[in-house]
Amino acid sequence: MTLQGRQLACSRGERHLFTDINFEIAGGDALRIAGPNGAGKTSLLRLLCGLSYPAAGQVLWNGQDIRKHREDYCADLIYLGHAPAVKDDMAAWENLQTSASLAGRSITRQAAWDALDAVGLDEIGHLPVRMLSQGQKKRAALARLWLEEKPRLWILDEPFTALDVQAVELLCRKMDAHLAGGGTVIYTTHQEIALKAGRKLTLQLGDALPC
Amino acid sequence: MLAALLAVVRRDLLLALRRRSDMVTTAFFFIIVVSLFPLGVGAEPDLLRTLAPGIVWVSALLASMLALGRLFAADHADGTLEQMLLSSEPLSVIVIGKVLAHWLVSGLPLVLLSPLLAIQFDLPGQSIAVLVASLLLGTPVLSLIGAIGAALTLGLRGGGALVSLLVLPLYIPVLIFGAGAVGAEASGIGASSHLLLLGGGLAAALVLTPWATSTALRIALE
Repeated sequence: MTLQGRQLACSRGERHLFTDINFEIAGGDALRIAGPNGAGKTSLLRLLCGLSYPAAGQVLWNGQDIRKHREDYCADLIYLGHAPAVKDDMAAWENLQTSASLAGRSITRQAAWDALDAVGLDEIGHLPVRMLSQGQKKRAALARLWLEEKPRLWILDEPFTALDVQAVELLCRKMDAHLAGGGTVIYTTHQEIALKAGRKLTLQLGDALPC
Repeated sequence: MLAALLAVVRRDLLLALRRRSDMVTTAFFFIIVVSLFPLGVGAEPDLLRTLAPGIVWVSALLASMLALGRLFAADHADGTLEQMLLSSEPLSVIVIGKVLAHWLVSGLPLVLLSPLLAIQFDLPGQSIAVLVASLLLGTPVLSLIGAIGAALTLGLRGGGALVSLLVLPLYIPVLIFGAGAVGAEASGIGASSHLLLLGGGLAAALVLTPWATSTALRIALE
């Protein structure tokens, strides 16, 4: 399994965010997208998910264009974006169960609680998410990564923001386990984290030095 | 596929149940608008009996318009809509689920309230039955067509006003056949042709609009 980006370009109106991005990653690889604010990190991630279309170039998953094989690609993908994608009026476990069914991978109630247990939300998993703190909300969103059936490609946009030290450590170990199992992670972060990936790649967008 | 559909319906009904005020607002808007007409045009029983089907139908149109903004906006704001787009299930199935749940909480109450409001206008029993039947066939079409407008105006400034301009002209055929059914019944022609046309419209909307709505959603989120 490989994910390839070929000559990707993205523009917002007249402004070119980036052009000619090429990369290829396989199972066990971690790709970090780096760059200053506004360099187009989130735009690149959305483009890799297939949420938006590149101005030029294409994204290939196992050699096939993701836009032509959307359903196969989405079955292999977990994307966690800036927005937490949890419903304030529902409890954490309900959120987890519905988001799994929406993604086409139904889970049991027990599986949802096991995942919440793993991220340390087992005692407050029955409360409406609106009553949780930002960090707890983030944990509730990340709990999707702890569900049993694991899609092979994770695309995580700033997964470490709002998390405390223990949660950052917990997520790092989870990402390590995913990589060790042959999974692939693409992520953005401004924090320095140490992953045990087969290959650790960094894609630098924009100028490395702030002007 | 059916599991995803049911999951969406269950989720949206649960959310609506936890935010009952939205549901009640639409129903009360409908009741109040219908009740304003006798105050405006005067309490002449014959006149009101003639106007009743049109009044109830136009009010139902406006009330379902009012509810449209809620269809995708909340999911768009908290990021769950992105996750729906990334589902391995077809987006149109998810859209059908959302529209069905939306109709159950915003369209069906209008259908159930209409006999009471029709009595207020002194409509005969037969006409009331036809009115309810026409609303039962027509309001799902309103929700299905409205979903396209709601998806197209997602994230736009002043989307609420724009969606009315986009969608109200498309509601006109539903209004004509819906309100016309009661008139046809009263005049002795029989309402069946009008109701059959509404049913046909519902079948066509059920096939075509989910596809159009999913395309509009993909464009809106790009």
